[in-house]
Amino acid sequence: MPFETDHELETIDLNINVGPQHPATHGVFRMILQIDGEVVRDVDPVIGYMHRGDEKLSENCDYRQAIGYQDRTDYLAQFNNELVYCLAVEKLGGYQVPERAEYIRVILSEMNRIASHFMFMGAFGTDIGVFATPFMYTFRERERIQDFFEEVTGERMMYNYFRPGGIGWDVPTNFEERIRGLLVHVREGIADIDNLLTDNEVFVARTRGIGAISPQDAIDWGLSGPMLRATGVPFDLRKAEPYSIYDRFEFDVPVGENGDVYDRYTVRLEELRQSARVVEQALDQMPKDGPIIASGIPRIIRLPAGEVYQRCENPRGEYGIYLISKGSEKPYRLKIRSPCFSNLSALRAMAVGHYVADAVIILGSIDIVLCEVDR
Amino acid sequence: MLGLLKAMKVTMSTMTRKPVTVQYPDEHKDLPKRSRGFPTLLWDFDIDEPFCTGCQVCARYCPTSCMSVTMQDNPKFKEGDSKRRKIVDRFYIDYARCMQCNICVEVCNFEAIVMNNTWAGREVSRFDRRDLVFDLEDLLKPSTTGRLPDPFKAPMGIAHHGWAAETHGETGEKATAEAE
Repeated sequence: MPFETDHELETIDLNINVGPQHPATHGVFRMILQIDGEVVRDVDPVIGYMHRGDEKLSENCDYRQAIGYQDRTDYLAQFNNELVYCLAVEKLGGYQVPERAEYIRVILSEMNRIASHFMFMGAFGTDIGVFATPFMYTFRERERIQDFFEEVTGERMMYNYFRPGGIGWDVPTNFEERIRGLLVHVREGIADIDNLLTDNEVFVARTRGIGAISPQDAIDWGLSGPMLRATGVPFDLRKAEPYSIYDRFEFDVPVGENGDVYDRYTVRLEELRQSARVVEQALDQMPKDGPIIASGIPRIIRLPAGEVYQRCENPRGEYGIYLISKGSEKPYRLKIRSPCFSNLSALRAMAVGHYVADAVIILGSIDIVLCEVDR
Repeated sequence: MLGLLKAMKVTMSTMTRKPVTVQYPDEHKDLPKRSRGFPTLLWDFDIDEPFCTGCQVCARYCPTSCMSVTMQDNPKFKEGDSKRRKIVDRFYIDYARCMQCNICVEVCNFEAIVMNNTWAGREVSRFDRRDLVFDLEDLLKPSTTGRLPDPFKAPMGIAHHGWAAETHGETGEKATAEAE
């Protein structure tokens, strides 16, 4: 809404840079804002500062070595990325993954979704202006999950744990009780965030009606994940196209109504609860022992010539890997369909007409990971 | 107003909680046994030589090519002290390039290389990048000085034939030790 004056003033639009180094951009990302007073007239996103060539690097590695690079695209959902990659290789190679490995992979992926959404809650609160409070609270819970991941895989961030055909090595013996203990903390953390933000008048005033996008626009822009579900489209790849063993679990797909920033927050909050539900069901069903990697997988995997597209529901949306093999030990082409890139492309459609301060919130609500956008 | 009060209640309730953080440089949390620091070589105390035979399988499988290894004839083999025909001559790892992916540990046929699971394997900051190239002496130091009590060894050859689930556990015993 433009600022109204009693008398005629000649004004011109002003270009300002937000970024590349700016705390509100969640990485090295540059927004060229064209502003009229406080109102955004145009947004020009500039990406590419974090390009490391993950796709090309993966093409120069054999199928096992490339797993390490999948961690490094979306560094908040590493297990999910590894899962997509492994599923793609398994699909092309026709490998049967043992039950136990499937369950461990699903449990770890869902725990990672929880950790990633906690990260969003904290960073989103920071964008809105409540710096320390939600950030510190969510990081407390996320830290517990990361400690657990470190006990399982040995690394805090770059796990390199899933393998085509299973997982790298077995989980510790206290795996189940450790997760059940963690889920108690996770539920406490969710309740804390819920009490802290959901009904908070200041929070609601800042977020409701901001950056709204219609369901049709969202589909046209190729949005996915919580961004799409916030508009009311109940599309979740875990339900719509069950991969791995997701058809065995009961969970709801939360949807929003208005597709604004507030709905994106509530959808993610509900997804936290649903992920905890999936983890609990998976723990109940998980076989206590058994093989953790498919038998008959050679040390150097050579996939038959062909191509495959595998997509999965990552915390940020549809993460896909398009893999072409020419029959050698290395992929001929590995293309990553990154959810953040598509979600970010709708930034102009969402931010134009809002205040500068709201543009920052809208960018934050995309839950952007620049490493994944630029790859 | 009600929502604000609810939020204030959350902040007030955390005031009395014990902090979950530790003051890092002064205080070190215990690392889990599987913790993956930088790779380091193991010392065979029975024969007094490194386990590594310089077969270069780790260097070949390394995604970032951060290692270079050479092999030599083992002088102790001629004297009959050692069963190793060949032994490592020179071994360099560029820690600046290493991405701690654990692949070298998995492919090693001789249990010669492990990820350092102590804080010494984590805190390797240097003022000069060139100082991060570690040679054989540096790489053996953690195990020769006994600062690497119980490393976690991931089972060999993650995806190869004849690898049964029961042959590895928390200790990570290997099924076979056949050479490449």
